[in-house]
Amino acid sequence: MEIIMAFVCGFLFMAAIYLILSRSLLRIIIGTGLLSHGAHLLILTMGSFKGSAPPVLSDGVTDYVDPIPQALILTAIVISFGVTAFFLVLAYRAYQELQTDDMTLMKGSEDHE
Amino acid sequence: MFLVLCMFIPLIAALFMPFFFKKIRSIHTGWFVLIAPLFLVIFYASYVPIISKGETIIAQFDWIPSLGISFVSYLDGLSLLFSLLISGIGALVVLYSIYYLDRTKEQLHNFYIYLLMFMSAMLGVVQSDNMITLYLFWELTSISSFLLIGYWYNRDKSRFGALKSTLITVGGGMMMLGGFVLLSIMGETFSIRELIEIAPELATHDTFIFALILILLGAFTKSAQFPFYIWLPDAMEAPTPVSAYLHSATMVKAGIYLVARFTPIFALSEVWIWLVAGIGLLTLFWGSFFAVKQTDLKGILAFSTVSQLGLIMSLLGVGAIAYHVDGAQDTIFKYAAFAAIFHLINHATFKGSLFMIAGIVDHETGTRDIRKLGGLMSIMPVSFTVALIGSFSMAGLPPFNGFLSKEMFLTAMLSVKEFDFYNFSTWGILFPVIAWIASVFTFIYSFYFVFKTFTGKYKPEELPTKPHEAPIGMLISPVILASLVVTIFFIPNVIADTFIKPAVVAIQPFLYTNPDQVDIHISAWHGFQPELWMTIGIIVIGFLLFLVLSKWQKMYEASPPKLTLNNLYDFIVYEFSDKWMRNFSGLYMTGSIRGYLAYMFSGIAFIVIGTLFIKDGFKVTFVGASPIRISQLLLILVLVIGTITTVFAKSRMTSIIALGAVGYTVSLFFVMFNAPDLALTQLVIETISVALFLLAFYHLPKFQKVEERTRFRFGRAFVSIAVGVMVTLVALSAHSQKYIESIAKYYKETVYSLAGGGNIVNVILVDYRGFDTLFEITVLAIAGMAIYAMIKLRLSKKGGKL
Repeated sequence: MEIIMAFVCGFLFMAAIYLILSRSLLRIIIGTGLLSHGAHLLILTMGSFKGSAPPVLSDGVTDYVDPIPQALILTAIVISFGVTAFFLVLAYRAYQELQTDDMTLMKGSEDHE
Repeated sequence: MFLVLCMFIPLIAALFMPFFFKKIRSIHTGWFVLIAPLFLVIFYASYVPIISKGETIIAQFDWIPSLGISFVSYLDGLSLLFSLLISGIGALVVLYSIYYLDRTKEQLHNFYIYLLMFMSAMLGVVQSDNMITLYLFWELTSISSFLLIGYWYNRDKSRFGALKSTLITVGGGMMMLGGFVLLSIMGETFSIRELIEIAPELATHDTFIFALILILLGAFTKSAQFPFYIWLPDAMEAPTPVSAYLHSATMVKAGIYLVARFTPIFALSEVWIWLVAGIGLLTLFWGSFFAVKQTDLKGILAFSTVSQLGLIMSLLGVGAIAYHVDGAQDTIFKYAAFAAIFHLINHATFKGSLFMIAGIVDHETGTRDIRKLGGLMSIMPVSFTVALIGSFSMAGLPPFNGFLSKEMFLTAMLSVKEFDFYNFSTWGILFPVIAWIASVFTFIYSFYFVFKTFTGKYKPEELPTKPHEAPIGMLISPVILASLVVTIFFIPNVIADTFIKPAVVAIQPFLYTNPDQVDIHISAWHGFQPELWMTIGIIVIGFLLFLVLSKWQKMYEASPPKLTLNNLYDFIVYEFSDKWMRNFSGLYMTGSIRGYLAYMFSGIAFIVIGTLFIKDGFKVTFVGASPIRISQLLLILVLVIGTITTVFAKSRMTSIIALGAVGYTVSLFFVMFNAPDLALTQLVIETISVALFLLAFYHLPKFQKVEERTRFRFGRAFVSIAVGVMVTLVALSAHSQKYIESIAKYYKETVYSLAGGGNIVNVILVDYRGFDTLFEITVLAIAGMAIYAMIKLRLSKKGGKL
């Protein structure tokens, strides 16, 4: 299963990078969403799927899955949510001010047209 | 200790100059400045009797003892001679500047602060025994020279000259620092004295030759040797006292000093002899040849300085040969170092006076253009006399001191061909030939300088102001220097015993241990030797060429104006580093974030995949993998379809909903892989995210149907595939090579007994690793505040007020 999941994560990353390299701001943010999904799944996969019970103590069970990756992912989910929310509002404000969401038009330097 | 403090006396005096300038307006600030160099002259002169007996004096003040860096003031023949030159000519230049610079029109405090700073720096350079502090003072001379050349900072040419000299000399200084560091690594000390003691051992190191070349680069840039001399003519934009002081008598001799000081270490090397003597000779010829072309008085003097420095440098190079000759005391090689020091003193005297005369002519007539000047002899008789003495000495005519040192120079150059190793017997004949030709040109430009200015037709209509003799105060310094020029001719052996012989001992400690052993006697008349015939030849040919100067001076215009070293400098500084490099960085710094992201992603993918295969890190095993279930495969199918839809959706609505679907599938994965907390959080967060996306959806425009260039779309696909492959490969090999068991066992065993909880994930979050959670909360709080601020704060619309 881990082998297949490695390919799935790779696929998610590929799609995310493809979106991040696009011109529309919204697509870029969607890309970051996919990227964080890929990263979370990758952490889970790397922690291995061994064990048959969720990491909550219950009588007679000893075969718990590894709880550490789960704790890490939980933290990561919250942080990526915070960042995504910020990005979305940033994109919204940028569109309001600049009247464009085309990344090729948003250039910092005036030297290069 | 007091000796160390003396190096800093001018610097301390500089602190008071703004006060004198601002508060005591009625007295020229220069008078207060004069005290410092006068005191130093007297102070250093008091050491002359001790040093001329061959003793040395050393004083030390630890600066950074843990690194072995200290201010060491080491007085021997060489450094005492330089110290006296610096403070003596410094005093004369300050005196001259009092009459040269107007107290009401000029920013005198700036001028004198820079000048005093320079004086301290020069004293430090010549007295420092510690290489690091030597470098410190060395760069301080560059900085103060920069400030002095740019003194009239509202003139374009001053700023250009200041920049040019600083780029070149500081560049050389950096090289020199590299050489010092190499030397200190080889010898494990910063002290030059201690390095000289272990010189033969140093020469066996592999890096010896690099240290040699780096230090020589420092010396050549500072002393305006070929091809680094180009900054010196442009430095003539400085006020004339500065040109007289820095660019003829002292700073440009710092490189000479360095070569002389390091001769005992490097003289063993053939490269050193060839480079110092060869470059010196080339510079001598080049400078004298192009001096005749100049039309600006100070331009002539600048090229003449370049040429004379080359002369001294080549003498030092030939002096190093003495190291390789058995019984060198009996050969004529011993003359070289002696002649170098002698000519150094002579050059400081006559060149200082000539610069002051050029300044006087400029000051009294308003121009330095030699084509407009002429016939000033009867109007400025004193200046003419001084100029005549200086020029004749420069040309090497009796009865002036230049004659003596030029004779010794020719003697030394003639001796080179008798040296029969390192190919000197083959090429050695070039030395006297080039030296002779250069001397002819020296003769021509010396006459050109003095006779084109003071004799010939008087052209009052071309002069901006009506010329008259300079005030007496301005003439004091050049007259003192000119009288020295004559005096030295008549008492050369007194000068030799007091100053030159101790200095020669410092340069050639492998020959002598005591100044008394230097048995060289200068005589103005040494019979009909070859060098006398050479001098007669110089005078005859030079005089004839001078008479027909106007006929052949035009030939300089025939040389292609594009092919000069100045153009090379301009090309490097303005074309290459400015334009070409900007165009080059413009090629990849496009300002487009997509381009940068593409570089980053492909770079990461390239490096990681490359490393995996170079280090043979890629490995796949199915051992330890958990079994595959049909339900999971179905879920994967949904995820893949959702992702493809997200990427290729034509409308943003579809895209957002497909992203939501992916998120929910991920939370289903979490359910399937026994992660209930994750599944819960993921569900909630995904819902909120989709809501946020939909909110933004209203405000953001529709996906525009832009036709992308297919090239970029392929590149984009390629980069994303590379990243995907990279992630897969890393994940596969990381999964297949696990070396350490998870530490989860500890958490599983102690979660109830130590922490009193049952949900291991939650206990980890708030108990075992509670700090993570604290700052994750902080992240959320910051994001919330930032969003609020971003929406509320509209500086651009409210005129920039909060």
